[in-house]
Amino acid sequence: MSKPIQGFFGYARIEPGELSMITFTEVNKWFKELHVLKDINLHVNQGEVVVVCGPSGSGKSTLIRTINKLEPINSGTLIVDGMDLSDKKADINRLRAEIGMVFQQFNLYPHLSVLKNITLAPIKIRKLSKKDAESDAMALLERVGLTEKRGAYPTQLSGGQQQRVAIARALAMKPRIMLFDEPTSALDPEMIGEVLYVMKDLAQSGMTMMVVTHEMGFASEVSDRVIFMDEGEILEEAHPKDFFKNPKHERAQQFLKEVLSPMH
Amino acid sequence: MFKYQFDWSVVLSGQYAEWLLSGIKVTFQLSVVSIIFSFLLGLLIAVMRMSNVRPVRWFAHGYLEFFRNTPLLVQIFFWYFGSYKILPMVINDWLNRTNFEFAAAVIALTIYTSAFIAEDIRSGVRSIPKEQMEAARSSGFSYIRSMQYIILPQAVRITVPPLINQFLNLTKNSSLAMTIGVMELTYQARQVESYTFKGFEAFTAATLVYVVISMIIAGLMTLYSRKVLNPIRAK
Ligand SMILES: Nc1ncnc2c1ncn2[C@@H]1O[C@H](COP(=O)(O)OP(=O)(O)OP(=O)(O)O)[C@@H](O)[C@H]1O
Ligand SMILES: [Mg+2]
Repeated sequence: MSKPIQGFFGYARIEPGELSMITFTEVNKWFKELHVLKDINLHVNQGEVVVVCGPSGSGKSTLIRTINKLEPINSGTLIVDGMDLSDKKADINRLRAEIGMVFQQFNLYPHLSVLKNITLAPIKIRKLSKKDAESDAMALLERVGLTEKRGAYPTQLSGGQQQRVAIARALAMKPRIMLFDEPTSALDPEMIGEVLYVMKDLAQSGMTMMVVTHEMGFASEVSDRVIFMDEGEILEEAHPKDFFKNPKHERAQQFLKEVLSPMH
Repeated sequence: MFKYQFDWSVVLSGQYAEWLLSGIKVTFQLSVVSIIFSFLLGLLIAVMRMSNVRPVRWFAHGYLEFFRNTPLLVQIFFWYFGSYKILPMVINDWLNRTNFEFAAAVIALTIYTSAFIAEDIRSGVRSIPKEQMEAARSSGFSYIRSMQYIILPQAVRITVPPLINQFLNLTKNSSLAMTIGVMELTYQARQVESYTFKGFEAFTAATLVYVVISMIIAGLMTLYSRKVLNPIRAK
């Protein structure tokens, strides 16, 4: 048995186990006539890090947004952390509190300071005292290297700093799953590294993560699996080593050529 | 030849100045109380107008159309003369024991102005990117809580200039309360005029006071929005 080591974010490290966190079974979704998710079958265990990639418009964002029901599905079943999302009586707000989400455009609350951005949900939803929430928040800010920005407002931060605050904000809820939708796509190249660094540490601490990204370095270093989507379908699902060495599907080969080419 | 003797002492000292002063006090009370209530009611109606529960949304829509499109004076008369018929006895009794004219004026001004405020707030909310609601919902806030903590605080900051405008309108509109006998500034100026025939002085004084009250309210709002509500788009 592997000994639990303390992860970077203070979570006990959990080896990818058999505990199922996300299960898609024959999931379909339409936007009006547009069939955006086609018979999706996907299984993510606790502690797994899954990277989702694919061309623009292939349905990557829609796929991860179904997991916290930002997008409802039209058919099939989707079970997240033991909760069936098609169940009308399911308490979706309770589930969302367990799932952190990080967006391409950060979406920090511009009227609140960095510290308040992080403590708002823990205080109002988790019912933490202000003092406890703030000391948690300060610990997280230290992890992401932004303690001195506690009093700043989002517009006063660089993109990379905003994204690190957004990650800290999501982690403050002590989520069981973290979803990332192209977290580095809106960043200037010199800021991508600082965000990926935080994400890698999180991945290594045993957090269950689904990450839409074209950062293939991140995928090969820390992910357990890569999923390639095209036109609403999962065309390929493989270990990153296999995916990068010999992608089976022609469209995946084409896609990899494009994202890995130095001209890109 | 028409000869008019100006006599400013009438409005600057003595009994008549006291009348005007008490009028100023009532106008100020009437405005401030109605501003607070109309803002809160406006917020509520704006949220209802955007609700995804259809009857709630329809009710708010009807409310807005009805109260924005009927004259304020009619609404004041309605609450003063007509509310006996529809309000429960207990409320009527209580209103009679307090100051019924004042209460009727507050109700009319509050409801009328709240309809305009609700529309201003709603367009403020519309200008908040939808990703803000998404971020709030995805961390587990309900729709109402997301509104309360994330959307409305931002919308209200954006809405400050039109809100100041509504509050100034309300202050000016409060002069209509004289028609039901609220002894506010215009009422008192009228009183002074009929006792002294110094109408020019009395109404000049009243006019100046309205200007000053408006400036105070606009100044306080601006100060509040600068000091307390921090700027959100500092770009
Ligand atoms: N709210 C919506 N209403 C209608 N169509 C939508 C909506 N959201 C997405 N779509 C469409 O669904 C398809 C999949 O979109 P999605 O955002 O999931 O793609 P993606 O893989 O994330 O693309 P990108 O890499 O550009 O972010 C696209 O054709 C998109 O135009
Ligand atoms: Mg996307």
